Amino acid sequence: MALGKTLTIAIMDAPYESSNSTTALRIVHAALEKGHNVNVFAYEGAVNLTMKAQQAHPNPVKGTSVEQEQHPTTKDWVGSLFKLASKKGVKLDWVNCGLCVDERGAGDWIEGPRRGGPKDLLDASSASNATLVIPTK
Amino acid sequence: MAKILNIVETAYRATIEEQDDTVLWLSHMLKNAGADISILLRANAVNYAAKGQDASGLSFGESKMTHAPEIDKDVQKMIEKGVAVYLVEEDAKDRGLADGDLIAGIKKIKRKGVPELLDQHDQVWHW
Amino acid sequence: MAKYLVIESRDPFDSSDSEYFSELVQGISKRGKATTLFLVQNGVLPARKGSKHSNMIAKLVRSKVKVLADGFSLKERAIGKLVNGVEVADMDRLVDLLLEPGTKAIWH
Repeated sequence: MALGKTLTIAIMDAPYESSNSTTALRIVHAALEKGHNVNVFAYEGAVNLTMKAQQAHPNPVKGTSVEQEQHPTTKDWVGSLFKLASKKGVKLDWVNCGLCVDERGAGDWIEGPRRGGPKDLLDASSASNATLVIPTK
Repeated sequence: MAKILNIVETAYRATIEEQDDTVLWLSHMLKNAGADISILLRANAVNYAAKGQDASGLSFGESKMTHAPEIDKDVQKMIEKGVAVYLVEEDAKDRGLADGDLIAGIKKIKRKGVPELLDQHDQVWHW
Repeated sequence: MAKYLVIESRDPFDSSDSEYFSELVQGISKRGKATTLFLVQNGVLPARKGSKHSNMIAKLVRSKVKVLADGFSLKERAIGKLVNGVEVADMDRLVDLLLEPGTKAIWH
């Protein structure tokens, strides 16, 4: 498989609601790891994946503290994917759909993503080797 | 320009607070941006082609819903813009929709015709 | 010649739509298109040997559809024995399949 290709993925699910989110990030990770560029178009609830205000928490059922529980946050996972892209010398372009951001108050995101709109999905797809849409239900 | 087929199947998901169906909206925006895009309505989304949908009249406390979604009109506008809108005939029949219940300009296809429709497009985005 | 990569995340125990998707995949394959079905998330559940819907998967294998199941999803669900003909794969393989020229990728 020739490296250096570009994959565009459109996602919709909000964090902590669907296993689609985890699978999407697994695909992004695998593609970056293999040396491919990835465009992500985060639509609807997916714009919440990168919110800076996400916080880890303890688990009263397990009796763990914040430190012990090490509860993941999707913003940290996405942040790590940006670092992976940088390490591999490839590009991760993450677009949060602007109107979706506005209606959800999700505008304060981690370093890396940018604001965009449907035209970014079209442009990204047109310039990619493959496009995958992962819908929500 | 790649021919894109947007398949819409989930219906009435957050349509009140969004004032439209967000995948149909996205399709319209992509068309405005120059995409060569068609739509296939299947499963519950065939109901989007039903004439006379009325989501008006909601209020939450004193917040009244002023612009209810008019999804049949949204679909009609896309057809008028030249977007081919297909609908799976059996899915409509299963839901009790007769031809006279549907907006004008919808292209009906049989379920077994869907693979051929997929072949006619370069990209298939299943929402 | 177009290839199809269909990714099934839903399962027939929870979604009556799975039958439609299985028929669609067979319909695509019957048109002579190279078709790969990649099961992921709960989509792997019917691939467990002995499951009520394992016949649906067996039928797809017999229809010359290449059926792959995500290893992580299988492990997550403690699925060890698979319907004959189903191959375990991972995200690396999925990425390779996505990026094969001429591939249309459809997620269900």
